[in-house]
Amino acid sequence: MLSRTAASLYWLGRYIERAEFTARLIEATIRLDLLSARPAGDGAWESALAVVNAEDDFWFTGDPVAPETVTAYLALSGDNPSSIRSCLDAARGNAKSVRTALTREAWEAINRAWLGVRGCKPSGGTEATLAMVERLKAEARGFEGALHRMLRNEASFFVRLGAAIERADNTARLIDVKYHLLLPGNEKVGGPIDRDQWTTILHTVSAVTAYRWLYREGLQPGNVVDLLVLRPEMPRSIAASADEVVLLLNSIARRLERQGEADRMARVRQIMLGRCTVNGIVTSGLHEFLHGFIAENARLDQAIGQQFRFH
Amino acid sequence: MRKAFDEIWGLSAGEAPRHGFEALAQWIAQTSPQELDRRQQTAEAAFRQLGITFAVYGEDEAAERIIPFDIVPRIFSAAEWQGLKTGLEQRVEAINAFLADVYGPRRIIKDGVIPADLVLANPQFRPQVAGVRPPHGVYAHICGIDMVRTGPDQFYVLEDNARTPSGVSYMLENREAMIRLCPELFEMFAVEPVDDYTDLLLSTLRSVAPQGRGGAPVCVLLTPGHLNSAFYEHSFLADAMGIELVEAADLEVDDDIVWMRTIDGRVRVDVIYRRLDDDFLDPLVFRADSMLGVPGLMMAYLAGNVTLANAPGSGIADDKAIYSYMPEIVRYYTGAEAKLPNVETWRCREAQALRYTLDHLEELVVKLVDGSGGYGMLVGPTASRGEIERFRAALKAEPYRYIAQPTLALSTVPTLTEQGIAPRHVDFRPFCLTGADGIRIVPGGLTRVALREGSLVVNSSQGGGTKDSLVLSDRPCRADRSSRATLRGGRD
Repeated sequence: MLSRTAASLYWLGRYIERAEFTARLIEATIRLDLLSARPAGDGAWESALAVVNAEDDFWFTGDPVAPETVTAYLALSGDNPSSIRSCLDAARGNAKSVRTALTREAWEAINRAWLGVRGCKPSGGTEATLAMVERLKAEARGFEGALHRMLRNEASFFVRLGAAIERADNTARLIDVKYHLLLPGNEKVGGPIDRDQWTTILHTVSAVTAYRWLYREGLQPGNVVDLLVLRPEMPRSIAASADEVVLLLNSIARRLERQGEADRMARVRQIMLGRCTVNGIVTSGLHEFLHGFIAENARLDQAIGQQFRFH
Repeated sequence: MRKAFDEIWGLSAGEAPRHGFEALAQWIAQTSPQELDRRQQTAEAAFRQLGITFAVYGEDEAAERIIPFDIVPRIFSAAEWQGLKTGLEQRVEAINAFLADVYGPRRIIKDGVIPADLVLANPQFRPQVAGVRPPHGVYAHICGIDMVRTGPDQFYVLEDNARTPSGVSYMLENREAMIRLCPELFEMFAVEPVDDYTDLLLSTLRSVAPQGRGGAPVCVLLTPGHLNSAFYEHSFLADAMGIELVEAADLEVDDDIVWMRTIDGRVRVDVIYRRLDDDFLDPLVFRADSMLGVPGLMMAYLAGNVTLANAPGSGIADDKAIYSYMPEIVRYYTGAEAKLPNVETWRCREAQALRYTLDHLEELVVKLVDGSGGYGMLVGPTASRGEIERFRAALKAEPYRYIAQPTLALSTVPTLTEQGIAPRHVDFRPFCLTGADGIRIVPGGLTRVALREGSLVVNSSQGGGTKDSLVLSDRPCRADRSSRATLRGGRD
């Protein structure tokens, strides 16, 4: 497989995952906003920007932080390279240049998602936004389904590898922001706002029900961290993403009959995560842990690019 | 203008179909326009979903269009095709011999058949490859010969495309659509298949690989990228042949050897089917500002380590000024008269031809020798007084830059229009493959149709569409099947 093809597939996977995550983030933030008494509602939109690391860029648009403006920025803005629309543009561009490596179903899912967002206007209101989010999630599911029906060859491995790397990054950012930025100064940890915020995080990654299945003692921040960082059975957890990266790199290595630095890094990461405990993480600082993980994830991304000659 | 010949009805204006075309005429008559329209829309919806699009330059990237598809096919009888085929074989043989000669001993110039300046001073002539024989001596591996028709046996070559002719993916996709949507036609007629084109193309490419390398040659298709208007075709062909679709950034040249960069290290490349003009191939040799090319590619080519299809410099063979000499070129290299005639052409560089052209501007088509895509062209019968006078002045000032041709009454084929079935003008581009082991031509090609009434412009950028082109086999068709099919065709 051409290195460029592999790179396009990898980034295609990353962009689709990022678009879906951003859509989920918007949905969860709308929910948090509607549930909360102000000013927690405004804080919801600020933290949504923080999750995707876009506070500064948003500030430069000159718009006030409000549900409509932030939604438009996160979903549709052409100035925001990580907006849903920009992600889908990039995903489709990548897909188009490697059209023959994808099945028709996979291509059509991407194309439909792209067409769906293309027609959206920023002035649609909350209902329209939620409808778009719903549609996008459905298309992303369709894409995932199509991906699983593709030949189990490098093409599908690279798309899924990109998605797994991106997912690990997104989940880490999501937890990190909650832990540090959100709570208004006069609020108690464990108070109603705190509770709403943790629930929102679970909503963002579709894990509310999963949480209830796994933890019987009600909403505890420590448990949410356990679920989203360490639980390998939780598909969007950091541990599960790290497992998947190892698995996919192994699958690729089997076909190429060789391994490299990225394989080594991914395995080390998997082992380290296996040794972590929630208490250990919280004691030595969740923020430090997540920060370290995000940087590590970026290094792994670089190593993958180098190993398969993406550049 | 003279009355146009219709390929089904002849000159009878719908009274009586030509001999051998009764069944198709009946199929058209018995299938309601609504039914045809439904099928046509199904086909176009499928094309859109497959992404068989072309980008229109200068428009938003999202402005991808599909080329309109017409459901009524065009049919060639086995005898008609046989005539075309032998003529095409002769023509591409002469084109390759001509290229080998002008980049080699230049006998045709020394013998005074073609003026030296027309070849050597031509912008399409590439001195960089003069004296270098490409692997196996083949230059134009893939030719798309544009043909027009004016009568039952009157076929003319309008243009030889010896650089990077496109459109073959439409030939293949149109056929797929027709088999799905009008299966009864394939029961009525024994139609020659075209779907082995990509296999033949791959065999052709493999046959011209540089000698002395063990194993199966590695072939790739080099595309300018997904913004190119023909990108769909590039990816379609690469996919069908099972070869890599590469961009310049995927290739590197090291010690005059071409490699492609893969996730498993670099892989040596033997044959490049390039869909990129000479100008952009290698910034070290041709246009230095080309971002689409591969630095060092030409050195690898000149060293004989890689085959480029078509060979750099092939464009000299399809230049309009050279075109006018094709009858002489064919005679010179094959020793026989050209089986496919040219459209009569006056070279305005010759005093007598110039005089004739100036006297008959109102009825002629005048073209710039180095123009293309309908630019720099005068269509006498439809031009305004002012335009004609402008061309008259230009012709007098620089006569050598122009050729003139009669305005032809292009043949028509029944076509589905908003007013029902009506005749529309068509042209035809068959694709000819030349490998080390001979010439291969699939029985078929791309028929382009001018969808506007009376229009002679078939270009897709100007409202042209495409049709499937069925070549009938002379294998007998089973009578019981065809009669059953006629009944089915009659249902509505």
